[in-house]
Amino acid sequence: MCLAIPGKIVSIEDNLAEVEIAGVIRRVSLDLAPEAKLNDYVLVHAGFAIQVIDEKEALKTLELFKELMEHEVS
Amino acid sequence: MKFLKEYRDSRLAGEILEKIKKISKKPVKFMEVCGTHTVSIFRHGIREILPDNITLISGPGCPVCVTPNRHIDEAVALCRLPEVILATFGDMMKVPGSKSSLAAEKALGADIRIVYSTMDAVDIAVNNPEKEVVFFGIGFETTSPTIAAAVLRAEREGLKNFSVLGAQKLIPQAIRALLENNEVGINGFILPGHVSALIGIKPYEFIAQDFGIPAVIIGFEPVDILQGILMLVKQVESGTARVEIQYSRGVPPEGNPHAMKVLFTVFEPGDALWRGIGTIPGTGLRIREEYQKYDAVKKFGIEVAESREHPGCRCGEVLRGLITPLQCGLYGKACLPEQPVGPCMVSVEGTCAAYYKYGKRG
Amino acid sequence: MTEKNILLAHGSGGRLSHQLVRELFLPVFDNDALNKLDDRAEVFASGVRLAFTTDSFVVSPPFFEGGDIGKLAVCGTVNDLAMGGAEPLYLSAGFIIEEGLPIDQLKAVVESMRKTADEAGVKIVCGDTKVVERGSADRIFINTSGIGVVPEGVSISGSLAQPGDKVIINGFIGDHGIAVMAERHGFSFTEKVVSDCAPLNGLVKAMLEVSTDIHVLRDPTRGGVATTLNEIASQSNVGVVLREDMIPVRDQVLAACEILGYDPLYVANEGKLLAVVPAQSADRVLAAMKKHPYGVDSAIIGEVVADHPGKVVLSTGIGGRRIVDMLVGEQLPRIC
Repeated sequence: MCLAIPGKIVSIEDNLAEVEIAGVIRRVSLDLAPEAKLNDYVLVHAGFAIQVIDEKEALKTLELFKELMEHEVS
Repeated sequence: MKFLKEYRDSRLAGEILEKIKKISKKPVKFMEVCGTHTVSIFRHGIREILPDNITLISGPGCPVCVTPNRHIDEAVALCRLPEVILATFGDMMKVPGSKSSLAAEKALGADIRIVYSTMDAVDIAVNNPEKEVVFFGIGFETTSPTIAAAVLRAEREGLKNFSVLGAQKLIPQAIRALLENNEVGINGFILPGHVSALIGIKPYEFIAQDFGIPAVIIGFEPVDILQGILMLVKQVESGTARVEIQYSRGVPPEGNPHAMKVLFTVFEPGDALWRGIGTIPGTGLRIREEYQKYDAVKKFGIEVAESREHPGCRCGEVLRGLITPLQCGLYGKACLPEQPVGPCMVSVEGTCAAYYKYGKRG
Repeated sequence: MTEKNILLAHGSGGRLSHQLVRELFLPVFDNDALNKLDDRAEVFASGVRLAFTTDSFVVSPPFFEGGDIGKLAVCGTVNDLAMGGAEPLYLSAGFIIEEGLPIDQLKAVVESMRKTADEAGVKIVCGDTKVVERGSADRIFINTSGIGVVPEGVSISGSLAQPGDKVIINGFIGDHGIAVMAERHGFSFTEKVVSDCAPLNGLVKAMLEVSTDIHVLRDPTRGGVATTLNEIASQSNVGVVLREDMIPVRDQVLAACEILGYDPLYVANEGKLLAVVPAQSADRVLAAMKKHPYGVDSAIIGEVVADHPGKVVLSTGIGGRRIVDMLVGEQLPRIC
């Protein structure tokens, strides 16, 4: 029901941020995620950052995957 | 693309799939509540690669599809007012109302602008002070805070020519309504990752506690979806029922309390009419007393006639997961993507459109 | 026809456009050359085999990264001729201009046309200008028609794809559509996406030099690769299987598509061609393409099969399969 994609905040001015998504720069509003900081990855939905991505959790998920694969291989 | 491409890795997907095949024994039906999941599942061909004992059913989670004709009729009435610029998301353009659609009205000369963000709609109001800009908003908890933020900005900037026609809905109570007459026998829920990014895990606890059904909040890339399904399978096979988060990189357990506060500053819960399901108490959003002046229906005194739904249209049953589109007499015949009868065929993420686009032709 | 009025989707190159052509134009104009529905007609004039085509250009905005409406107008018509293996020779140019257009902009467009025509080796030999009232057009519209000659022994048509043939594309898809969209939606890029707009007759010539046995050539413009392959599948009554992981898409294009809710397979190209080539000559043709400046990133992206005639099936990156239908309506930015 809702598309949202991850992008990295490359600049912030007041409540507006520039977010880079794989080379595409979008201006997004930080009204809904005022805690977002420079270099944070955020989920962007309809021109708004709606959540700060937890990089540790993201890595953890991928680590889990890796383990799963190694486990399967061995 | 960081945090995206690695979740489309075919090797990973294959490994997780093998694991699912190894563990999964019981025949199960999992419902994906969210239309974005439906599209992703079709787009990546996930149904085809799952073992036969796992059936995925699409649920009511496409905001376009559950919007009743009445709201489309109101939008059509508003865009016909000479002073009005109607701004809306691209998703709503082709949805047929009782007699017309926004795309047809645009062809006849109505000033309708497709926007990507609610802030674009506010910008249009700022740049066209002699016009009235009405934002036609649909959406669930993910989108509704962006509409609230637009209203708050209009308030801050003292804009008098901006208002909202709202048709937004809230998800968790709709799931409860589905479960109360669990007509389909759902064994597990694929919960919407981006709604959950806002509301967190708590509003879903009742699914496991009151109904004993496992549920997992899942991301939208193929690896996410497969891993989420694996988590559901594990619960089913071990006879447990919990609400879990697979999409932990985007969904902290508490969600986004600030955004929810923004949402409920402007809106309060009300009843909502869901197409095909009926009125579900507490699943709608109405503009609070303090922000009444931003309510387009009140501002322009719009009244529309009793809306008509097509008698043969079975979108309602599709939305509740009771039938697949193939069982509807109109699907693929009278109802096609280029001339949709019901909303499930219009919306890109509608179940019927996804079935048709990705080749399920009966 | 199901609609009472013309909708924007009738011009999007997708299903409604096809309906308009088949149900409104064809029954009235009805003749053999037209009924083939290739990008150009093949006609004989005093025994000479000519290729003849026309195209109108209404791009907004008229200037974008990597091109402008003038370059587009020359490339579009040159490419329509080249897709029949024809050598383009002469073009006409008709201008419909909105009053108030700065002369400088018109000059820039015209100079760009000349430059592109020089590159393609064609001459613009006749033209027409009309000016309409402000609001009756969006700055500038251009129509170009073109003629060329088809060499001996070349027989290329959308109806000639055979099971076993390979499908080749000459590089990254979606660049043009996204470059124009970016201009319109105010996107910016760390590394710019530039329209791929280019005259492809040189590339086609290089391909024909290594093998005249090319079954189909077609440029996937409006409606993108998906729509063009559907046309070929239906005209040739064959199936097409695409490999998602072989299709070249730039990261920025994919990202822009994710943001707007688009599928790159449906995004317009202006310097791309799809070639359907017998398996035994596919590697040779591919190698020749890779040596040409407009084919460096060429790749085999799929093959023609006897199964599911009229349908295009994509095998997805994770090993699933799905049908890739023709574009229905225009792609609109969406949030869900």
